[in-house]
Amino acid sequence: MILTTALAVPLLGAVALAGSTRWSDARARQVAVIAAVLSLLALVVAWVGFEPAGPLFQHVDELRWVPSLGVAYRVGVDGIALSVATMSALLFVAAIVYPMDTRGESRQYYAWLLFLQAVSLGVFLALDLLLFYVFFDLTLVGMYFLIGRWGHGAPQASALKFFLYTFAGSLLLLLAIIGLYLSLDPHTFDMRVLIEQQPMAGKGLYAGLVFLALMLGLAIKTPLVPLHTWLPQAHVDAPGPASAILAGVLLKMGTYGMIRLPLAMLQETFARYALTVAVIALVAILYGALVALGQRNLKRRIAYTSINHMGYTVLGIAVAAAAFTDDSLVRQLALTGATVEMVAHGLITGALFLICGSFWQRTGEYDLDHYGGLASQAPLLTGFTALAAFASLGMPGLAGFVAEFQVFAGTFAIYPWLAVLGVVGILITAAVFLDMLRRLFFGRLPVHLGQFVELTRREWSVLGVLSLGIVVIGVAPRFLLTLIEASAGLLVGGH
Amino acid sequence: MPVGDLLPEIILLLGAVIIVLFAAFAPHERQTWAAGLALVTLAAAMAFAVAQWGASPRLTFSGVWALDGPAIVAKWLILLSGAIAVLLSPDWMRSDPRHGEYYALCLFALLGMLMMASATDSMELVVGVLLSSTASYPLVAYHRGFPPALEAGMKYFLIGALTNALLVIGVVVLFGLVGDTDYRRLAEALGEADPWALSLATACVVIGLSFKLAAFPGHAWMPDTAQGAPAPIAALLSVAPKVAAAVALARFVTVLPPGQVWPAVVAGIAVVTMTLGNLAALQQSDVRRLLGWSSVSQSGYALMAVVVVGSDARALPALLIFLGSYVLANLTAFAVVTHLRGRTELTDYHGLTRSQPLAVAILIVALLSLVGIPPLIGFFGKFLLFEVTIDAGYTWLAVIAALNTLVSLFYYLRVIAATMFKPARGAVHVLGGWSWVTLLASVGLLLVVSLGVEGGLAMMSALSFAGPSA
Repeated sequence: MILTTALAVPLLGAVALAGSTRWSDARARQVAVIAAVLSLLALVVAWVGFEPAGPLFQHVDELRWVPSLGVAYRVGVDGIALSVATMSALLFVAAIVYPMDTRGESRQYYAWLLFLQAVSLGVFLALDLLLFYVFFDLTLVGMYFLIGRWGHGAPQASALKFFLYTFAGSLLLLLAIIGLYLSLDPHTFDMRVLIEQQPMAGKGLYAGLVFLALMLGLAIKTPLVPLHTWLPQAHVDAPGPASAILAGVLLKMGTYGMIRLPLAMLQETFARYALTVAVIALVAILYGALVALGQRNLKRRIAYTSINHMGYTVLGIAVAAAAFTDDSLVRQLALTGATVEMVAHGLITGALFLICGSFWQRTGEYDLDHYGGLASQAPLLTGFTALAAFASLGMPGLAGFVAEFQVFAGTFAIYPWLAVLGVVGILITAAVFLDMLRRLFFGRLPVHLGQFVELTRREWSVLGVLSLGIVVIGVAPRFLLTLIEASAGLLVGGH
Repeated sequence: MPVGDLLPEIILLLGAVIIVLFAAFAPHERQTWAAGLALVTLAAAMAFAVAQWGASPRLTFSGVWALDGPAIVAKWLILLSGAIAVLLSPDWMRSDPRHGEYYALCLFALLGMLMMASATDSMELVVGVLLSSTASYPLVAYHRGFPPALEAGMKYFLIGALTNALLVIGVVVLFGLVGDTDYRRLAEALGEADPWALSLATACVVIGLSFKLAAFPGHAWMPDTAQGAPAPIAALLSVAPKVAAAVALARFVTVLPPGQVWPAVVAGIAVVTMTLGNLAALQQSDVRRLLGWSSVSQSGYALMAVVVVGSDARALPALLIFLGSYVLANLTAFAVVTHLRGRTELTDYHGLTRSQPLAVAILIVALLSLVGIPPLIGFFGKFLLFEVTIDAGYTWLAVIAALNTLVSLFYYLRVIAATMFKPARGAVHVLGGWSWVTLLASVGLLLVVSLGVEGGLAMMSALSFAGPSA
């Protein structure tokens, strides 16, 4: 029941916030924080109770819903899902605590955030394909309202573009899910059955089409080049905390989906196309990094580094799917790296986008040329930004390095040339972030920034917690790796 | 004669006659009582229609009348839409001093639709179509002093006259081929009939039914009616005839001999209908016209199930569940529009969530169900449609429908965005208590059915047509 609690508490909180008309802004915020923290605690309890040597899926809850279609409420986690879900819950707590101008509609703002938390966790915890799709779609609804109502710039156009573009992806996903569903006899949406039976094995073209639809749908969400064009605009116009959620949680649904659906259920088909996927991931790595280098807008720049980082994750997944080596340890390594990358990127980019929100609240400006010399004016802000930036460019001792090292070690064993080219991406990312730090914090302080305010206590405590996570994973990643490696091993070598 | 088999229909007829007499003699201030009479009639008819459930499918009245699952479910949906439209009407029609006959016309139209859903004889089908059409024309143009209503009524009548004539021609050609109007005889004898004449007859019948279905090519009346007709009537005519015509069409195509090209033709009509409806809805700046075009596109989705009704036993349950989900969602949407006094310009919806939060929330639920966002019932309706079409080998059709769903999301979101994100303007007037209660009842039904979808699926899973195909 622990996973159901993690889902239900924020959902109930959202309903309570939407329904009560008398709560003040401060009260609404308190309620939201409590609900989000309880949900996080439930996941921590699940983590503590998780048995790495046990079966693949644990803490399973099952409830009848529509048995005649083979649909049920099924939730459960493996190490991959649990680590990503816990990171997401932490990020939601951070986003809710982080100060934000709610334009007099605090109740609605926090209600939508809690709703989004419930359905996002649902995506990671679902063990039923249809339930997965339901949650996948509902996250769009939540994010649509957050961007449209509390965004800036041209929020409604961005929200609409975001919804339509990613909904196109989820419709493809739906067609693929129906394809998978019909291939089983008796028809069922139970992921465990699908993983066990591998229904697409030896089905040639049909399997290829289902795989293509799945990957296209998930690649839009990830996003992989060239399906990334919705991302920069949505990020720039979204409010800071929503951006953090978008990058930290929603993008993970694409890559998590790749692990849960094609990698686990269509192993044979994925193996056939693994190289293609890996090459596309490489393109995303290089393209994302290069375009980020060219951005003058702070938030756009970070948005493009997300494309680059999700490229590492997809590369790791593709390597884990490649079948022409018997060395399942290498594939396990790559998959572990991809998962750690998801967790690390969530924390790092979440922190960076929250920092962007702080910049916006103070100046209403994202243009890098607007800033300079802030290091003396705001040392705490400088410190946290520098830490997140170094983590993002893969500095050893921080979370990003652990992930990228494993991804590239795995890739080197299987596609050495891709690894060599991919490392160039890290180099460019380093340039991106060093240049960004230089333009924000060093040089002369412009006159109009004389009144620039240092981080408030609430801001730096949130960033402090996220940074702590980044450092702990960088220095002592064992607690995370034990959890992930067991499940990764079962997924790539267990059949 | 087994008169008992026709109890719901007979009650409807008696109720309509009583209302006509009542309206002729009652003073102006009592005209509203006719609504109560109509409701009692509908409730009684519904009770008997519910009682018909459970018996094995059979034909009655010398085989011209089906008493099978699809017919009974269609009856429920039609009577339910009638009841909601009637409930919405008293507040709406209050300013009209003579409106007793309005309710009688509603009941006559509903009676015609019940006949369409149950007919297993081509003449019976013609009578049903004509009765429901003739009773609907004056309803659409009921606001005599309102030019758009007259225009809508005229358009409805002209297209109706043309397509009904084609339907009759089709039925006559069929009679000429076989020498009978009974579907059982048609099913036996059509195999040897001249293929060209049969194609002509089929085309005429399909076009005739496309009018009631609001599908291409007989769809052009739908947006005008949605905009110009009294809002409760717009609600009724956008759902009930569609249910009746979809069941009638499914029943008709199962009679046709295998190897005909009709599945391809119906698939083509489905594609054109859904695409046309969605593309046209994209440009609307008028919410009621937008709902009208969305109703056209939904007919296209429904036709997907008709395409595969001959090859897959699960197509029929899928069709009925889709229709049910559409009926509930569309009625709820129109109930909101009616409650807001039929306000129709998109700009009038700006910022409405500030002054009418609950009504807007209900409208959003209805629209999201029309798109098919899970876990609302609309999702299950569409899911089942996609499933049966893919399973029967029409994957391309499902892909086109998915693309269309994407397009449709755009214009539904435009309405939602207008209510949520734009600044509010002007005072908002709403109708009285009746429409408020109806609104809550319809959204309640929508939510209950969404949660209880398993029950619906279990009930529908064994449905099949009585008669020739069995």
